[in-house]
This record gives sequence, structure tokens and C-alpha cells, in this order.
Amino acid sequence: METHEFSLDGEEVGFSEGQTVMDAALAAGRWIPHLCHHPDFAPHGSCRLCVVKVNGHFAPACTTCAQAESVVESNTAELNDKRRTLLQLLFVEGNHFCPSCEKSGNCTLQATAYELGMLSPHFDHFFPDRPVDASHPDILLDFNRCILCELCVRASRDVDGKNVFAIAGRGIRSHLVVNAESGRLADTDIALADRAMNVCPVGVILPKRRGFAVPIGRRIYDIKAISVQRRERD
Amino acid sequence: MRADLQAIIERYGRNQHALVQILREAQDLEGWLPPAMLTDVAKALGLPRAQVEGVAGFYSFFYTNPAGRFRILWSDNITDRMLGAPALMDQMCRSLWVEPGKTSEDGLVSVDTTSCTGMCDQGPAILVNGWAVTRMTSARVEQIVALVRDRVPLERWPGEFFLVADHIRREGLLLGDQPEHGSALRSALDRGGQATIDEVKRAGLRGRGGAGFPTALKWQSCRDAPGDERYVVCNADEGEPGTFKDRVLLSAYADLVFEGMTVAGHAIGARRGLLYLRGEYRYLLAHLQSVLDRRRTHGFLGPSVHGVEEFDFDIEIHLGAGAYVCGEESALIESLEGKRGTPRIRPPFPVTNGYLGRPTVVNNVETLAAAALVALRGGEWYAGIGTRKSTGTKVLSVSGDCERPGIYEYPFGVTVREVLDECGAQHAQAVQISGPSGVCLEPGEFGRRIAFEDVPTAGAFMVFDRGRDLFEVARNFAHFFAHESCGFCTPCRVGTSALARMMDKIADGHGSPYELNEIFKLNRVLQSSSHCGLGHTACNPLFDTLNKFRPAYERRLRSLDFEPAFDLDASLARARQMTGRDDPGAHLEPVG
Repeated sequence: METHEFSLDGEEVGFSEGQTVMDAALAAGRWIPHLCHHPDFAPHGSCRLCVVKVNGHFAPACTTCAQAESVVESNTAELNDKRRTLLQLLFVEGNHFCPSCEKSGNCTLQATAYELGMLSPHFDHFFPDRPVDASHPDILLDFNRCILCELCVRASRDVDGKNVFAIAGRGIRSHLVVNAESGRLADTDIALADRAMNVCPVGVILPKRRGFAVPIGRRIYDIKAISVQRRERD
Repeated sequence: MRADLQAIIERYGRNQHALVQILREAQDLEGWLPPAMLTDVAKALGLPRAQVEGVAGFYSFFYTNPAGRFRILWSDNITDRMLGAPALMDQMCRSLWVEPGKTSEDGLVSVDTTSCTGMCDQGPAILVNGWAVTRMTSARVEQIVALVRDRVPLERWPGEFFLVADHIRREGLLLGDQPEHGSALRSALDRGGQATIDEVKRAGLRGRGGAGFPTALKWQSCRDAPGDERYVVCNADEGEPGTFKDRVLLSAYADLVFEGMTVAGHAIGARRGLLYLRGEYRYLLAHLQSVLDRRRTHGFLGPSVHGVEEFDFDIEIHLGAGAYVCGEESALIESLEGKRGTPRIRPPFPVTNGYLGRPTVVNNVETLAAAALVALRGGEWYAGIGTRKSTGTKVLSVSGDCERPGIYEYPFGVTVREVLDECGAQHAQAVQISGPSGVCLEPGEFGRRIAFEDVPTAGAFMVFDRGRDLFEVARNFAHFFAHESCGFCTPCRVGTSALARMMDKIADGHGSPYELNEIFKLNRVLQSSSHCGLGHTACNPLFDTLNKFRPAYERRLRSLDFEPAFDLDASLARARQMTGRDDPGAHLEPVG
């Protein structure tokens, strides 16, 4: 396949026809901050952290096709400032108490906030009332941490073929629901082996009784920053 | 499954894409959508239940909790508020002994607010179980309270409650003498599809939804896109607060609109047209269906339109269910397909991947009506009206502080001042053009012209007198966007709510210059990173009023320093209410 190049923060990145800016960047070992994007699933474009400038125009890297000779800016003060604001909005929208969260250290939201130097939530907390769902014998849902990335929705639908999850409500009242009239996870056909079990970037979907198998301090992002991790993974 | 629900689902042929229509009709059975009903609908359509719940939860007019036999919604646009809606709603709640937003304990009634219902020229307006009631007064509130208390079915309420006036104040080429039905279509059929597009191009016709995209280019792209099936969609989801011209076009000029849709269908090679009617205009449905029936009888719709054998075309109507974002064309298509109204990732655009993934033209009601006239009288004639870059006329919906609110049609290029003079607005301090997502003009700008090259508009023209508080106008708009954000992308979902909270904080007397700077910061984030136009423009009314009417904000600021939003004393109000205490010892700060 013929390959082309665009420039990302001044360095050339090769891509093949049809690849997005995000795909090409990750393939080249370059990290663009993102939460809702996952290479295994169709681009979604909801978290907006990956918004970059393509030839001077704002565009999400995950849904924008790479174009030859284009100039892409990502790691700039202006864009990282906006990303910090988006992260802060996500933190105040839900109830994120990192010190008591068992996902701490493995959490993409937390790691990205560290990476981008977010020092405070900045905005007033919304403190939404979001009851947890502990009905399932093996799985806990803590909706307080949901950032509505829909990775679990996509994984359950596209990989597991189960449609366990969906988004209901609108606007700030948007929320994750499960596929049961009772509204309880126990009444769905979710299983521990499902792909949907291990795509949550935050601490919503958790297997019970495994929370602290790896102690805090030795977890993924405790060891290396997310930008380094992702470069090595992809 | 109950038989009546089954009948609804069967009538829609168990079509998954009719989910929104099925839910709308199913809700009429019990006044809400009980969980078991959603399960039944999901099973019958072969959809995941969670998806059906997701769709039901998206639209304002669907209730997934019991909402009362009478569901009353007060239009909460600033124009309704200026006409006294809040006091009247308060009166209604007191008389009925209900709290706003809650259902009465006997399950009889609920009273709440909703976004602009498009009755700004005859407000304050309400919706009762989806039916529009205009011109609310204190007396009318008491009449309705009595009807509700006596459980009188809506069909037996006085007919005058439901009268909606057209208020056509100024006619131009669109609203004036109407061409003979079918004549524009005849011209288009004689001319041929490609030649019609060429004629529309010659006319310089641009989209009337506000963006001004060249209509001929849209039609041409759709005609040239690969695919067997194509669609024409008429966007009558007129949700922009202050806009009501499509309501009048559909009530008094439906033939012209349907004729335009048919002309478009012929030009692009479509066999089906869909009219997306906003839920607030449900009362127009029967009228529109009867116009469609008549046109079928006359051979203007159906197989071999106008006797042209290779051209079959028909139109169906899809009713919305209360979601402003569905005015965005890709969200509208999602809704037509029976899904949540989340705007799609673009490109690809609807002209190549629209309804059911097929090439689709989505045009505004007014654009299609104008296209019919272009087909009849030619592009050159049309291009001679208006300005060089904005040909033809624009229908304005004038409301607010003026003597003659209503519908005004002007050639493009008319100045704001001319409109103000004609509608009888002598003391305007501001005009909000094209609704909250448009611009707020101050008197120094009243010489500007309504045209794509100067002040583009979808039609809203809201006038604010010198006595009005522009901060409250902007605060109303901030809450509107927070309520209508679809919730898909972070900046719009959370940012619009953060903005509404900041405006409330300033209104409560706890604001500081810090908040004003935060508004500018969030404006930049929303504009640069939102998924669709709703987010891009959501901060416009705050940005404009802050720049042009800053004193309206500043006189509310408590100090020049930081102020917390959390008011410890106020948060004790609930405890005081429960204990029945209001003595000085029950307050943290001295009273008064």
C-alpha cells in the first residue's frame, strides 16, 4: 500500500490511505491524549481530548482522516490548556475520589490528568447522585466514575454481541444503563470473560474481590506515565 | 403484550426505524412509558431493551416515570417569560397543589417547563399532553385548573384554547399570492431534473436554516452520489427559541412546501420524502396529513406523479418528541431512524450517507417552499430579488417587545432598523437575531442588514426593550443550551451545565470578575472542541451580552474577589423548614 506523510508537532508521521490522524500517530509511537478512543473499536469522538489542529483548524484526531502534507499540532500549550479544562469538566461532572478508588493507578482519566498537569478540579463539583449496582455476584458497577466514553457499549455490542450497556437520558443527565427491565446488572447476560469487562478506562466496571491484587504504587501508571505506556503498547 | 400496543407496532410493520413514532403512540396509552412496555416494544422490534430505554430517555416528551394524566408544560423561552409565564405557572402550581416538575400524589397532573414551543407571538404558551395552548392569562389558568380537577378529557376542553394564529404581517413572494397547486411541479417535470438543479443554481438559493449552504450544490451532490435509493427530508424541527415561521409556512402554505419537496425529489431522483415535524407542532399533523391526501388525489403525489411514468414520489410525516438538537441534520436523520438524536461524525455528509446510509437531501421548510417558486418562475427572476450574495426573501419571526409580533417576509438586505420600525418597536435596546445560537445586536448595529454576508439568520428576531435585563435574557439562553445538549461530547455536556451554574451564581449575587473570565474561557473550549454546532454556539449569547451589555453583569457582582458558590447559610434552609425555626439562632449570618 502506498504510504504518505503528515507532520505532527514538526515531525513526519507516515500513514496509509484511510487511516485517521490518531491511528497513524499511535502506530508511529506518538501519543495524542484520548479517553474514548481504543484501537480495537470504531472511532467515537466524544471525549474531545484528542482535538488537534489540522492546518490551523480544530479537529478530533480520532475521527479525522490523515491527509498528506497536512500540518498537525497536538502538543501545544493552547491545546493542552483546553484538554486540562475538559479533564476538569469530567472530574467535576462525576464523583471521582481517587484515593479511595480501586482503579487508582490503572485509571486512564487519572493518568491523563497527571500527564497534562491538572492540579485541581477548578470548577465547582456537581456531586451527582449515582447509586452503585452491586447486584451481580461477580461484577460491580460504580456509575459515579462514568465518563460516557461508550467503550463498554461498543465492546458489548460489537465484540460480545450482547448489548449489555447503553446510554440513556440526555445532556448532563446522560447515564449508562444495562439491558434489563429491572435495571440491575444481575439480570443481564454479562460474563467475566466479556470484552466489555476490561475496556472501561475508569473504575465503573469492576470484577469483585480483586480490587487490590496489585498494590497501589505498583500499578500501570504508577510505574510509567501514560504517554510512555501507550507509546510502548502500540 | 397488550393488544393496543401490539396494534401500534404492527401498524408500523415492526419497523425498528419507527421506534420514536411507536414510543410516541405507545405513550398515549397510559400517559407514560412503563418499564414493561419498553420491554415489549424491544422484543417486538428485535432491539436490545437497553437501546429502547436509551431512546425513550433521550426525548423530553417521553416519560419513563409516571407523569400524570394531564402533563402540562410551560414554554420557557425568554419571550414567554417576558409575557408573564413564571407568575402564571406559579399560580397554576399553587391552585393545583403541585410542585413544578413533580407529579401530584393522586397521579392526576404534573406541571413543568419546556423549551420554546414556537408560540412567541401569542404567548405565554403551554403544551397539555403535547397539544399547544396559547395566550395564557390568569383567568385561563383557573379555567384549566378547574378542567384538570374535574378530569375533563382534553377533547372536551374549549376549542378556543387551542387556536393558533398565523399573524402574517408582511407578505413577499413566498407568503403572497400562491401559485396554482401542482404548477411548480409541472414546470420542474417539463424542465427535467438536472435542468431544475441548474435553475436553482441560477437562483442562488441558499439554505434558510441559517447556515446558507447553496441548495443547488446540495441537490447536485445528492443526485451524483452513488446509490439506488435517495431521500428528501424536510427539516421542520424548528426548535431555535424565537423561531416560528415554519409553523406558519406549514399551517398556511403546506402545499408550497410539499410541492418543493416533490420538486427536490424529482431533481435528485428520490422516491420518498420525509417531513420531520417537531413534537411541539403535533397539532398540525392532521392538517398536514389531509393536505398530503388531497395532493395524492390530485396526482401530485403517489405513483406516476403528474402522469410522469418514471416518477413515483410520496411523503410521510415523522413527529419529533422534544429535542432541539434534532434540528442538526445528522441528528435529525438519527431520529428519523428511530435512534437517539446524537449528531453523527461528519464527513461523511447526508448527501452521500444520510437516511439509512443513503444519499439524502435535508432542507429547511422555507428553502423547499422557495425552491418550488424557483421551479415555477425561474432562477433569473429569483436572483433579481434580495442582494447579490443573498437572493430572494427571508421570513422573519418577530417577537418580544413590539406592537405587532408575527411573521414578516422581506427581501434579503433589509436593515434591522426597518424591521423594528415596521413591527412597532420604538425603544429597543437589543435584538437577538437567529435565536440564542445567533447574535445579539445593540442599537449601534441596527443599521446592519439581514443577509448571509452581514447578519445571517434562521428567522428569529426577538426584541428587548430598554427596561429588559439582558443578563436574564442570557441566563435563560444558558439554561436552554444546558437542557438541550445531547450529552455526547464532554465540552457541551458538562460545559453548558457549568455555564448555567455560573450564571445562576452571578444571579444569586455571588459572582465575581472571576466568573466573567471563566465564561470567556469556556466559550473558547466549546467553540474549538464541541462535536456539533449546538456546542459551538452555546456560549454565543453570553459572549455577546458580556461584550455589549457588561454593566448588566457587573452590577450583580458581589465583589472584585473570589466568591464561593456554596452558601452555607442557605444550605441550612431545609433544616430550618423541617424544624419550623427561623429565629436568629437558626442562621449563620444575621437575617436581613
